[in-house]
Amino acid sequence: MSVTVNDYAELVKERSPKSAVWKNCVSAYIWGGGICLFGEFIANLIIRFFKIEKKEALGFASIALIFIAIALTGLNVFDSIAKKAKAGTLVPITGFANSMASPALEFRSEGFVAGLGAKIFVIAGPVIVYGLSASVLYGLIIYIFKLF
Amino acid sequence: MNYLFAFLTGGALCAIGQLLIDKTKLTPARILVAYVAAGVVFSGLGLYQPLVDLAGAGATVPLTGFGHVLADGVREAVAEEGLFGVLTGGFTATAGGIAAAVFFSFIAAVIFKPKDKSE
Repeated sequence: MSVTVNDYAELVKERSPKSAVWKNCVSAYIWGGGICLFGEFIANLIIRFFKIEKKEALGFASIALIFIAIALTGLNVFDSIAKKAKAGTLVPITGFANSMASPALEFRSEGFVAGLGAKIFVIAGPVIVYGLSASVLYGLIIYIFKLF
Repeated sequence: MNYLFAFLTGGALCAIGQLLIDKTKLTPARILVAYVAAGVVFSGLGLYQPLVDLAGAGATVPLTGFGHVLADGVREAVAEEGLFGVLTGGFTATAGGIAAAVFFSFIAAVIFKPKDKSE
């Protein structure tokens, strides 16, 4: 049986993207799941030591993850983890934290105001714009419904 | 049991994000925006709180959880303050996370050296 170059190219095209996608999803699942599991662990620790409500404890757990992600960004470790973890570090709050710390560090050399101060929101800005706008819209809807 | 659901739910949300990156033209920045907006919508429809009750950090740590906190904050603020709450609820509820990210990033940018781009 002989395989021509074209056959082979087609075979590669057929197989490789699919397995890459599959692999990426598995990494994202494991890393993302692991980060959330760690968040749950922090929340439970906080509940045990400070005797506060779960809702607040989850808020503190997110802030702890933000702190860790930014520290790892500063130490130049975050990117090498993100390369392996794919969306596993992007989708959790760690991705949001990194999206601020990374440009803040990178553009500090362009000044504290026009560099660090402005570029810190290059990705977080849109997230806040659309998230906050959606929340105001939602608030208006429930406010109007309550009037009737 | 909580830990299992936290892992499974958080992992699934991340795997969906990865699938969107690989299969569509959504960039990582757009994924973040889409997740937060989706969190507001799902929370508004009453679908997200049950997931938080089940999976804890598995639902609050992914950015959809950020959207849920926005929506939850607005819901509470409108109930307590009426029309003014429409504007204050979202930011008030998420203020801690945003302030933490801004402040820690600022400190990190001051004390750490940026990555060497020649590497």
